[in-house]
Amino acid sequence: MSAVTQAPLPVSSTSSQSRPALLVILTVITAILTVVGLLMLLFYAGLDVTQGDVQRIFYIHVSAFAGASVALGVSVVAGIMYLWKRNPKWDRLALSGIEVGFALALTNLITGMVWARPIWNTWWTWDPRLTSAAIMILTYAAYFMLRAGIENPETRRRLSSVYGILAYTTVIVTFVIIRIRPDTIHPAVIGPSPQNAEGGFELSSSMLATMSFNMIVWSVFIPWVLIWWRLRIENLSERVNALRAVVAEK
Amino acid sequence: MKTPFFAAMLAIFRKDTLAESRSRELIGAMGLFALLDVLIFSFALELNREARIESVSGVLWVTIVFASILGLNRSMAMERDQGNLDVLLLAPLPRSAIFAGKLLGNFLFTALVGLAVAFVITILFNVPLFNGWMLIALLLGTAGFTIIGTLLAAMTAQTRARETLLPIVMLPVAVPLLLAAVRGTTYILNGAAQDEWLPWLSILTVLNIIFLVLGVVLFEFVVEE
Repeated sequence: MSAVTQAPLPVSSTSSQSRPALLVILTVITAILTVVGLLMLLFYAGLDVTQGDVQRIFYIHVSAFAGASVALGVSVVAGIMYLWKRNPKWDRLALSGIEVGFALALTNLITGMVWARPIWNTWWTWDPRLTSAAIMILTYAAYFMLRAGIENPETRRRLSSVYGILAYTTVIVTFVIIRIRPDTIHPAVIGPSPQNAEGGFELSSSMLATMSFNMIVWSVFIPWVLIWWRLRIENLSERVNALRAVVAEK
Repeated sequence: MKTPFFAAMLAIFRKDTLAESRSRELIGAMGLFALLDVLIFSFALELNREARIESVSGVLWVTIVFASILGLNRSMAMERDQGNLDVLLLAPLPRSAIFAGKLLGNFLFTALVGLAVAFVITILFNVPLFNGWMLIALLLGTAGFTIIGTLLAAMTAQTRARETLLPIVMLPVAVPLLLAAVRGTTYILNGAAQDEWLPWLSILTVLNIIFLVLGVVLFEFVVEE
């Protein structure tokens, strides 16, 4: 025990030990905003005439995808920064961004399936949009496999940065696919829907306000707070590893 | 004093084609695999006259992708096993030339196998695959797979799982290419109007350019050390 306390700490301890006040405040704000967003979509937004209450899931469904593309976009920027500066902190940010984006993309997929059951009468269909969203999630699952398969930490950081940048093409494809594939049945909420779309709707002003509010909450607050927490875990585990190395030396 | 880009690229390409012309290892393995693949599909899908037109381009592209993965793994393993990659990295030449050289070789071998597959399908299923636009689609699609594949094979060769990991990381990224290629060739085979399938070929071209730029830029980071 004494060896640990006497050893010089290889990582600066002050920033990573206590929870930063700003993060706590941001988390509380985000939690409140998320609840407000939920209350808005449940009670404030007008009822959709044709789809009924199930349409309300759209506010989360679309916003979660926006959040996922923001979080995954963060990982692209972090990946580029890592390849440029070679500071491991950028790779930790990229990993955090991808894990958060992965979770949000899953949220998007699952809420979409819940909506599709009553509207399309099926949980899943091999529609281009659905297929590309599933492929996008698989790409990021492959990212985790790639990471797990490389032992040398420097090589792992370098190659996962490269793959993280490459993988973002699937996010872009998922976003644009309903605009280039005429045979999709997935409606476009922003911009005109494809002509075969089943389950599109017009936004009234209360719906538009709810959508914008949830969009901001899910694409600005939620990803950033989650990434920050995830980054903190990664920093702490880095510190634990450094301390273990010190203990092993003694 | 660095070797100029094109000289280095052509030298690596020449090395690969010379080795291949002597061993026929890549084309042999890929070609045989592709033939088996087409046969398995024809049993599994029980391709009759109507089903053939609809599914033949799917069979063609899946076969090409799987065969290309086989070849890409082998091509990168040959560089590593004999320590050739390390020597290439030590040599005073632009890293992107290594990528371009390997890419040219991989593209040539995969395209040859792709043409052979198209020929076999033409004969076995009596679906004429040989016309100008079909061949352009075939070359564009093959180029896309080999661009991504050359980059990713250099990556997975450095991992613990190596050969197993390439399909897992490559297939999801290659899906947009596969989608455009399958759609485009299906429309061409159905004799659809030009404005139905030309957009797919343009998408394929744009994707090729994007992946090529990403490949040239990112390859330097993949093979460091």
